[in-house]
Amino acid sequence: MTPQEISDKLKQKFPDAILEIKIEGVVDPYIKISPSNLKDIALYLRDDPDFQFDFLMCLSGMDYTKGTLGVVYNIFSMKKKHKVNLKVDVPKDKAEVPSIASVWPAANWHEREAYDLIGVKFLDHPDMRRILMPDDWDGHPLQKDYKVPEYYQGMKVPY
Amino acid sequence: MTEIITPPIKSSIGRTVRTEEMLLNMGPQHPSMHGVLRLELVIDGEIVVDVVPQIGYLHRCFEKHAESMTNYQQVVPYVDRMDYCAAMNMDFGYVIAVEKLLGIKVPERVEYIRVIMAELQRIASHLIAAGTYGLDIGAWTPFLYMFRDRERILDLYEMTCGARLLYNYMWVGGVSHDLPPGFIDKAKDFCKYFRPKIEEYNNLLSFNEIFIKRTANVGVLPADVAIAYGVSGPVLRGSGVNFDLRRDDLYSIYNRFEWEPQIGKGEMGTVGDCWDRYIVRIREMEQSINIVEQALNQIPDGDVASAIPKRIRPNPGDVYARTESARGELGFYVVSDGSGKPFRVKGRSPCFVHLSVLPEISRGSMIADMIAIAGSLDIVLGEVDR
Repeated sequence: MTPQEISDKLKQKFPDAILEIKIEGVVDPYIKISPSNLKDIALYLRDDPDFQFDFLMCLSGMDYTKGTLGVVYNIFSMKKKHKVNLKVDVPKDKAEVPSIASVWPAANWHEREAYDLIGVKFLDHPDMRRILMPDDWDGHPLQKDYKVPEYYQGMKVPY
Repeated sequence: MTEIITPPIKSSIGRTVRTEEMLLNMGPQHPSMHGVLRLELVIDGEIVVDVVPQIGYLHRCFEKHAESMTNYQQVVPYVDRMDYCAAMNMDFGYVIAVEKLLGIKVPERVEYIRVIMAELQRIASHLIAAGTYGLDIGAWTPFLYMFRDRERILDLYEMTCGARLLYNYMWVGGVSHDLPPGFIDKAKDFCKYFRPKIEEYNNLLSFNEIFIKRTANVGVLPADVAIAYGVSGPVLRGSGVNFDLRRDDLYSIYNRFEWEPQIGKGEMGTVGDCWDRYIVRIREMEQSINIVEQALNQIPDGDVASAIPKRIRPNPGDVYARTESARGELGFYVVSDGSGKPFRVKGRSPCFVHLSVLPEISRGSMIADMIAIAGSLDIVLGEVDR
């Protein structure tokens, strides 16, 4: 299916959840959706016989500055060989997105990484812990206004 | 972790022995863990009940480094250091992402040079994978044979760009040096030299009775689980899924060569066991040699620096580009805000994903098999932690 067909079909099923569809004038077409419908959309994308999106390629947390965080999902179908990119924006002071680890188990570690480095919390995640940084680290390093702490556990942080 | 205490059992000498599950840390410094990785094992005697991989010991936050560079080109050396066993493949993935964002096309000669370098790197990386896998299981000799042959590939790299491990060779829009005089002949000699060596590895290791006993039917990864977990590369093909990004999501010029993706067929046991994952790598080396030989014969003349942009300033936007690295799907999600430096670079590393499937396939195995399973995934911690 072409990006146009995919977004049309999705729009038909979830008319309120689709916030923006961008196909022309960008390198990768994307669909911006509201976070509350994310899990339903993910399940629909995976299970609908026309879509069969079974392979989560990548999940990236984003800090768009100006108080907005986001998550980007790049999804692929092994059977149909088509792709879809979903984007979700959330305010930084209430950065909560439903987890899709139950839809694609691949999301489990990616979501933990996004939480660790960007600070987006994933609701209903089976194991929402930090993954790369130490468990007792303060702050989320990939946020744009992040300042490296001077000390960690009484040890000087080298730079 | 909650401990479940099992009722006492009676030993053969008439005493009752208390048994219970115990927690064992394997790593972070462990000879068979391929780097600083800690596995928390919950074991019941010799049986692994659960595994929790603890990563992050090598975390340098390459993504933060990338954002604080002054331009896109400066990210390449950091990308090199992600998977230090396959640095050329890492470069390749990143420059393709940036070129896609910029919308530039590189000269024919550059495409050929990149394919030659990437495929040689794949062979070198698979040699490390297979060699150290033998080491993990107790076969010391094949490791030496494989490193002997890998050395010749490193020599080729050294004569091209001066570096043997971390190359910074592929630049956005081109490569840093043209092929030196004599490279093509030397590379052809290598192909001729290397082809019979694969038979040697097979005799030494692949069809060794002990090796087969240790790897066949161990750590079986079914195809549907592999896809759900996002597994890719030789590990996915080992599970019998005929999927290779070089063919199925074409990038560069891989459609001009004749080669076949190799898949696991369960010859020694079950489809998707450790032996299948191992043999896919060995057979892939032969395919890579085919590609290198064809590319060496077809390579045109040209200027390798003509498409290198003076200033890299992509329009605002984002791109996810993926390539087949030696270990699987290497993706780069690059976001530009219109300035001269990347707004965000996310590396989707195959090893990170493969490690997340480890608990799934090692529950219920013996501790010794655990080593065989972890080795067959071929993880490089530099890439897992980034």
